[in-house]
Amino acid sequence: MFDIKAVRADFPILNQTVNGKPLVYFDNAATSQKPQVVIDAISKYYGEINSNIHRGVHTLSQLATDAYEISRQKIQKHINAKNSYEVLFTAGTTHGINLVANGFAAFVKAGDEVMVSAMEHHSNIVPWQMLCERVGGKLVVIPMNENGELIIEEFEKRLSDKTKLVAVNHISNSLGTINPVKHIIDKAHAVGAAVLIDGAQAAPHLKIDVQELDCDFYALSGHKACGPTGSGILYGKEEWLNKLPPYQGGGEMIKEVSFEKTTYADLPHKFEAGTPNIEGGIVLGTAIDYLNSIGLDNIAAYEHELLVYGTEKLLEIEGLKIIGTANEKTSVISFNVGNIHPYDIGAIVDKMGIAVRTGHHCTQPVMDFFKIPGTVRASFAFYNTKEEIDALVTAVKKAQTMLG
Amino acid sequence: MDIREIQEEIVDEFSMFDDWEERYQYVIDLGNSLPLIDEQYKTEENIIKGCQSKVWLHGEQKDDNIVFTADSDAILTKGIIAILIRVFSNQKAADILEADMSFIDEIGLKEHLSPTRANGLVSMIKQIKMYALAFQAKN
Repeated sequence: MFDIKAVRADFPILNQTVNGKPLVYFDNAATSQKPQVVIDAISKYYGEINSNIHRGVHTLSQLATDAYEISRQKIQKHINAKNSYEVLFTAGTTHGINLVANGFAAFVKAGDEVMVSAMEHHSNIVPWQMLCERVGGKLVVIPMNENGELIIEEFEKRLSDKTKLVAVNHISNSLGTINPVKHIIDKAHAVGAAVLIDGAQAAPHLKIDVQELDCDFYALSGHKACGPTGSGILYGKEEWLNKLPPYQGGGEMIKEVSFEKTTYADLPHKFEAGTPNIEGGIVLGTAIDYLNSIGLDNIAAYEHELLVYGTEKLLEIEGLKIIGTANEKTSVISFNVGNIHPYDIGAIVDKMGIAVRTGHHCTQPVMDFFKIPGTVRASFAFYNTKEEIDALVTAVKKAQTMLG
Repeated sequence: MDIREIQEEIVDEFSMFDDWEERYQYVIDLGNSLPLIDEQYKTEENIIKGCQSKVWLHGEQKDDNIVFTADSDAILTKGIIAILIRVFSNQKAADILEADMSFIDEIGLKEHLSPTRANGLVSMIKQIKMYALAFQAKN
């Protein structure tokens, strides 16, 4: 295990008061905080090597290009992709999903099906809906049970040779459920469907091995994994990335351009039109180095401890109900207290320095399923503590008294 | 009382409170005592959708004034609605349109009327002013 005091010291933002109280940051599923090494790396990039990449012959351009490509290799290694050109830099998970959904118009015909799950973030629903509308395809939904677990038999029943792609999250952002993606991928492949995994929530908590999973696409965001906002990657299997038409046209993604015909660049540049978020790409590598220096296994073990402790302590509050009680869960606790509106609890605990998310968390179908307007969501990261959970419990009790 | 006088009265009431807790408790109490909106007006059409809490608003003309009734599913939102209703209901359209909202700052509830708070209140004020504009145009 790691030294929590030392870890907290890596995150300067944590050392402050909000509304006169020590900040307790429990909105990690929305975005993670950044360690000093990441903040320093951003400044170092702009202070020392800022330059446009892949085209300049001058020294700075070479240094920036090297840093960018070294970062790509780091990420390749981190997710165990076979080739570095299977790792595309994106602006985040949403961008990655849209890139695939847009290109899949070439492979989904009228009457074909795209499958998503009942617990997807809107960003893993809407791009597929748009695709289906465009080509006359059908969006099929894998249902879930009352614990917030996917009903795998129902998934299997819905699979057929019409299924062209299955898009599911590795971990649900509103429920914390860890989905059995390996099983889903194997079953989908058996009917010839491709699989995209939305790994936005998994990246900061789990070891990801895309070859072992055998997924066709894996999208993640840097900002949820201690990296800068507007950074992210999309992993795609080489064969798919070769088949998939480019998403955006522009500079850098071409081999040759004439007014008659343009030939596209090789992977990964075919999908990286325009000047990218160079700093974001480079510093995402720094963030991943940082996470690995602590160790994802250590992170997962410690966060599980926080989950168990938080669940136990929060359930001591009268009338508190946890939404999302899957067996396999990450450190996200979504809850409601009696009939109190989540907004009221969120606004009051904020006054006590505690940052939680309230609302539907961009998963309206999940809220509709549980027939609630939203939840209060406390999501823990490896820099949180049990003492902070105690502060949350005290604050929720206070809100309950005030609102009761 | 005109809008400015009512606002001053509310600022006076809030000046008695020492901390956020007392202010919030008062807003919660106001929310709990907000007269219920007539169920027939709690329609999908009258709903102002914030990201999180729902606000229903209905306005009707009574003599020269506009009378507002409203509701929300969140109690803090409802409390602030009660304050807004007290300020704007039974007032003339022209006065509503001219009204300055800075008193909300003075009573320490600014964060609830911030456009970034997804509670529907900013849209509610917009809607109140839209009603006023519509009634003014009609007459």
